Amino acid sequence: MKKSWWKALCIVMLLYTIIGGLLINVPRKAILNESIRNIYFHVPLWFGMMALCGASVFHSIRFLRKPDLVSDIKATSYASTGIVFGILGIITGAVWANYTWGKAWSNDIKQIGAAIALLIYAAYFVLRNSIPDIDKRARVGAVYNIFAFVMLLPALWIIPRMMESLHPGGMGNPGADPRDMDARMRMIFWPAAVPGFILLGVWISTVITRLRKIEDKNLLHA
Amino acid sequence: MHNSFAKKLLLAGLLFTFGRFGEAQEKVEMADGLRSSGKIYVVVAVLAIAFIGLLLFLISIDRKVSRLEKKENQK
Repeated sequence: MKKSWWKALCIVMLLYTIIGGLLINVPRKAILNESIRNIYFHVPLWFGMMALCGASVFHSIRFLRKPDLVSDIKATSYASTGIVFGILGIITGAVWANYTWGKAWSNDIKQIGAAIALLIYAAYFVLRNSIPDIDKRARVGAVYNIFAFVMLLPALWIIPRMMESLHPGGMGNPGADPRDMDARMRMIFWPAAVPGFILLGVWISTVITRLRKIEDKNLLHA
Repeated sequence: MHNSFAKKLLLAGLLFTFGRFGEAQEKVEMADGLRSSGKIYVVVAVLAIAFIGLLLFLISIDRKVSRLEKKENQK
């Protein structure tokens, strides 16, 4: 294992999130009850997805500036981990919604936006796999990835701010409304939950990247 | 090394929160009963075990990739 300080930091942050997130007191709110603790696990998945997709598009732009297949491998690794985070975010959101909003899927604008964003990223991989030529695949994939990331912004950030939503902070800040969390919750959410999940995603992505580098060794040194 | 570290951390987390339960009751229903009977710690333990297990899995995959990298470099 490649030892890094940030991997240890990731483990500590996530353990603190799980233990503190379940045990430290939270505001008492009707309907939500104890399920308010899901904020520590459901919301950081989306922060993680956005960070990972950001890292992915960063490497795609780097590929377009200087064609290097390693950048392409990194872009796809981050994108695939980001999609996994997004799918987990949708599933955890559906479970939570089932017990608080009454239905697992109520066509809430953020649910739809998240589903659209995931489908756009799914198309990224479909598009890539439909192009047999490696260099062309990398280039078209990089261009599409920029489009996909640009579509992610309105789907997750802009449209939910403009529409009525069941999510907290509709017509306002949909990600982390300061009114939903008190000081105790913020002490877990910002310093541990969000960076912890992002680091976990980065960790998984780097492992995928290293594996793909070995798999595609012949192509990289050709 | 990982195990003993995790145990210490779990203990610290438990100590930190033990003094906090049983605060004023209000109308909003919370898992107070669950907590006073101590069963919430079962859930915490299960989640912590699941998370530690997944982490160990990730670490082992990370190790395998490192071994593979070493082998490739020697070729």
